[in-house]
Amino acid sequence: MERHRDQLGNSRFRRTGFLVGPAVFLAVFFGWPVLQLLWRGLGDDPGALTDIATSSSLRNVLWFTLWQAVLSTALTLVVALPLTAVVANVSFRGRRLVNALVTIPFVLPTVVVAGAFLATGDRLNLTEGPFALNKSVFAILAAHVFFNVAVVVRTVGGYWRQLSRDDEHAARTLGSSPWQSFSRITLRRLRPSILAATSIVFLFTFTSFGVVLILGGARQRTIETEIFRYAISRTDFATAAALSILQLLAVVTLVWFNLRLRGRLDQSDRLGDRLLPASGWVRLVAPFTVLATLALLFVPIVILIEQSLRTGDGVGLANYQALTERPPFLTVTPQRAIINSLGFALVASTIATVFGGWASLAIVYGRSKAATLLDIAYLMPLGTSAVTLGFGILITFDSGWLDLRQSWFIIPLAQALIGIPFVTRAVVPVLRSIDPSLRDAAASMGASPSKIWRDIDLPIARRALVVGAGFAFAISLGEFGATSFVGRRPDHMTVPLAIARLLGQPGQSIRGQAMALSVVLMVVTTIVLLVVDRADRSSVL
Amino acid sequence: MKHSRNVLPIVRLFAVALALSLIAAACGDDVSETIASSTAEAEAMADDAMEDEAMEDDSAMEDDGAMGDASTCFDAPADSPLVDSTVDASGTTITLATHDSFALSDTTLAEFTEATGITVEQVAVGDAGQLVSQSILTKDNPTADVLFGIDNSFLCRGLEAGLFVPYESPMLATVDTALRLDPHNRATPIDFGDVCVNYWSEALPGDAPASLDDLIDPANAGQFVTMNPETSSPGFAFLLATIAKYGEDGWEDYWTSLMANGASVTAGWSDAYYGEFTAGGGERSIVTSYASSPPAEFLFADPPVDAPPTGVLKDSCFRQIEFAGILAGSENTGAAAQLIDFMLDTTFQEDVPLNMFVYPANGDAELPEAFVEWGPLVDDALTIDPATIEAHRDDWTERWNAIVTS
Repeated sequence: MERHRDQLGNSRFRRTGFLVGPAVFLAVFFGWPVLQLLWRGLGDDPGALTDIATSSSLRNVLWFTLWQAVLSTALTLVVALPLTAVVANVSFRGRRLVNALVTIPFVLPTVVVAGAFLATGDRLNLTEGPFALNKSVFAILAAHVFFNVAVVVRTVGGYWRQLSRDDEHAARTLGSSPWQSFSRITLRRLRPSILAATSIVFLFTFTSFGVVLILGGARQRTIETEIFRYAISRTDFATAAALSILQLLAVVTLVWFNLRLRGRLDQSDRLGDRLLPASGWVRLVAPFTVLATLALLFVPIVILIEQSLRTGDGVGLANYQALTERPPFLTVTPQRAIINSLGFALVASTIATVFGGWASLAIVYGRSKAATLLDIAYLMPLGTSAVTLGFGILITFDSGWLDLRQSWFIIPLAQALIGIPFVTRAVVPVLRSIDPSLRDAAASMGASPSKIWRDIDLPIARRALVVGAGFAFAISLGEFGATSFVGRRPDHMTVPLAIARLLGQPGQSIRGQAMALSVVLMVVTTIVLLVVDRADRSSVL
Repeated sequence: MKHSRNVLPIVRLFAVALALSLIAAACGDDVSETIASSTAEAEAMADDAMEDEAMEDDSAMEDDGAMGDASTCFDAPADSPLVDSTVDASGTTITLATHDSFALSDTTLAEFTEATGITVEQVAVGDAGQLVSQSILTKDNPTADVLFGIDNSFLCRGLEAGLFVPYESPMLATVDTALRLDPHNRATPIDFGDVCVNYWSEALPGDAPASLDDLIDPANAGQFVTMNPETSSPGFAFLLATIAKYGEDGWEDYWTSLMANGASVTAGWSDAYYGEFTAGGGERSIVTSYASSPPAEFLFADPPVDAPPTGVLKDSCFRQIEFAGILAGSENTGAAAQLIDFMLDTTFQEDVPLNMFVYPANGDAELPEAFVEWGPLVDDALTIDPATIEAHRDDWTERWNAIVTS
């Protein structure tokens, strides 16, 4: 830590100044709106706070929210880590494609996935019992794994890939078994990245809304669904605000706990490229792992594709051809919705990458207390209810030069806030892993701090930035909650909103179009991620 | 190697967390039962506490057919400046806030602009519930001048919050008085429709259901799927239909029998209609939907059909009326009033059915053929006064929850 600070020169001003930018951005666009909404809500009835603090049914809700999130996160790690090991260690044709394909579930609208799960349940005869794929806790867990495998594969995979193999080689030479070298060395080295991915998956599942509502059935309630119930179904903003405070407190505590696990010390590590062609037993296990994981993820997706191809006359592309025309009840053509979504995603991921990258530097080099605060704060948007975030933005930026309510910018802004944690969680561990002696050497030769960032940190963090940017893009493409709350001009309709609208209309040809649009969303996501992932080619490693 | 010591505690912690979760999952049913039972207990207590109040309410219902004293929402509003629709508002721009389901043909609003010189910008927000909540939240600095899409189930909530200023459109003369719920014309009826139980004719196990009672007939066991009234507007309408039909004393028994007969409850319309209902390949042949669903099934059939595959249980229809209003705080009330007039004009009204699958409020507007043939509305749709709905909504949904989650 001391050494990091030295590289920035001893200027306290410089270090503090560096924190100010990301801190102000988050305070203005996240902290202020959320506080405004909480203040406004509790202003109606401050007693709501004590009401929920003493409610026994709420304790059950909090407990369920917590354990389903912990279990979802654990299952996601179990399912994702084998594939992560393969894409981080083995070079094979189609590695990038696998990396892109696992991200597809991430952008699919919940209502579409729920439909696919139901159909899968029907076919596999999983409609009842503990493993039913509809209206059960298992369905919630399975969907959470389905959505989040990509977070682990891409975040941890990207980090793992740039750790040199030297340490494990040394251990093996000294007589360790492969398992010993993995558990004692590799797992330890991966710790920062696994914890980072864990925090993301945990927050994602802790605040998950559609999955719980649709796949959980009327019986399962989480803090997030309760916030929605009180704010929307009952217009009881006081209770909704009190629940939001509870949610925020829980999230801060858990994030803090996660950061404690990571430990106080930076973990610098030897970097190098791990990718090697498969040999020996890996040759057998690697393809099996890739195929098995993809098969698991693609069972529901194949059903979607099949439904999109089903037409009145049998099988065909009619549903896809229909996407160029505007059905009467949709405000734009589905084609235009795709262009809208891509535009918003471009802006949102740019904001998220710039501020997420900047915040990562500030977190790693900032003064320790302030940096830790910033670290926690930059995870918060992901742990905040879409209701709180969306309504907060709406009542805050409503006048003067910050009147964003009629502006298209409000959409990518809300989406960027949710995407930012993905960037910092990918980048911070990588920046920490850079051996300080690299920077020391550069500094002693007279390089300025900005030159050090440019020539050392940026190239090494580039791959992580790309991973984060890809996620921010995908988040924006698939985002539904906050987008539906902030309001938009009808011609700014996005793909998830269009799919939801199509699926709100009876008529057999309409459903086919919704499925076709979902498949197009998957294809677009894959292509974009393949392109984005190319950007890490010129990495120094 | 100093790190290696730190690995074990994490692994241990994680293992503990995992074990805890597994235990929790294993007794998952217990947990949800605890939730249900504690909810039920809380409700029992609340019921006790409200017994007196409820009795008062009940007697009020009997005394006063309109149940008007349940809410103050139809009381005369505080004086507000009269809205003058005759001003020349040419050149002004006003904003129309709607829910996501709002859609028109491309040229419709352009006709309004051409006739009046007023430009209309639109902002769409989530569903009707989100729209109303958002409007109440931003009441002091409204997002728009005109709001469209508040229905009779939310009407009193909006009126009580003081969302709208009164404006009596001359076009109201064309509207059936049964649709004009607000005596002070703060909310103007624009369209209406019925939420009705639908069935997929060929998938039915026996005869088509003819009444709500048929849904609890063992012959239709496991056939019906409806939606959670707290997360779905048609789901709430169906709950209201059962309350209107069986009364304050009978609807809970009906729902108990309904659930015992294997009814399913989903979160939203889509997961019912395209998930568990025959339309999406599901196993259930009876679903809560709209009177306009058969016309839609006819119009968007693939391949084309001579008659829709679905039918409507006419005994189950609950009327939904959608209103528009001039938002208090609008600085362009004159232009806003002209937009309200236009929304009741036949141009707009005849554009409504095929874009939003609802029926025009203006009696002079012509219905599309598919609506006339496949979606005729019943004359005696079920209904409950909006003030009563607002007064009882939370209580009803809580009691509903207790039945469905037990």
